[in-house]
Amino acid sequence: MTVRVQTEDFDIGAEILKLRQGNAGIGAIASFVGLVRDLNENTAVTEMVLEHYPGMTEKALAEIAEEAKRRWNLINALVIHRVGPLRPTDQIVLVATSCAHRHDAFAACEFIMDYLKTRAPFWKKEQTAKGAHWVDARESDETATQRWMQHQTN
Amino acid sequence: MVTLLYFSRLRESFGLASEQVELPADVTDVRLLTEWLRQRGSIWQEELAPGKPVRVAVNQDMASPDAAVRDKDEIAFFPPVTGG
Repeated sequence: MTVRVQTEDFDIGAEILKLRQGNAGIGAIASFVGLVRDLNENTAVTEMVLEHYPGMTEKALAEIAEEAKRRWNLINALVIHRVGPLRPTDQIVLVATSCAHRHDAFAACEFIMDYLKTRAPFWKKEQTAKGAHWVDARESDETATQRWMQHQTN
Repeated sequence: MVTLLYFSRLRESFGLASEQVELPADVTDVRLLTEWLRQRGSIWQEELAPGKPVRVAVNQDMASPDAAVRDKDEIAFFPPVTGG
């Protein structure tokens, strides 16, 4: 399990190569990349700043990855989340999971992402033509997390 | 002494990222600590009002209102998270 919080960009090809190298037991890697959009709630976004809680962020992400490992046959997981100023089209987050088979890889990847959205201490502040504002949490993200609680094993 | 941390909108509203405070003896859990901070005045009352979606972490773990707070704890207040 690897967790990184960083300001710099990441190279998904290089990261996935590192994740799979030297392990012939890996038959499937699923990955998710989250990007900055130029539109949120019908308002044009020119820039975004991501704040986090150093220490707790890494701890929360590691716990989420460990929980995924308890639920599925996960060989390894990688979570990279960027902080600081970001612009539309920039990469924000990468979650990649390696497993023997695709079902575990897909499910664990989605699980980690859903939990990250509601449990990892990051906050987005968007800059628009009307000024800067903190992004409100979405009910649909909490619903997505709750869904996994009703299905302890999958 | 405990360390209080504020993030995101709360940090900006309070104009404060962190502080060290001595808790009164009767402030023993998250709910009582929140009520105690509200007594500081208008912006505290507003941001920490009952029903406001404020999250609290004690020693970097998400905590419920009845979670205990003790000397040397690190207690963070923040809005619901919006990463990813």
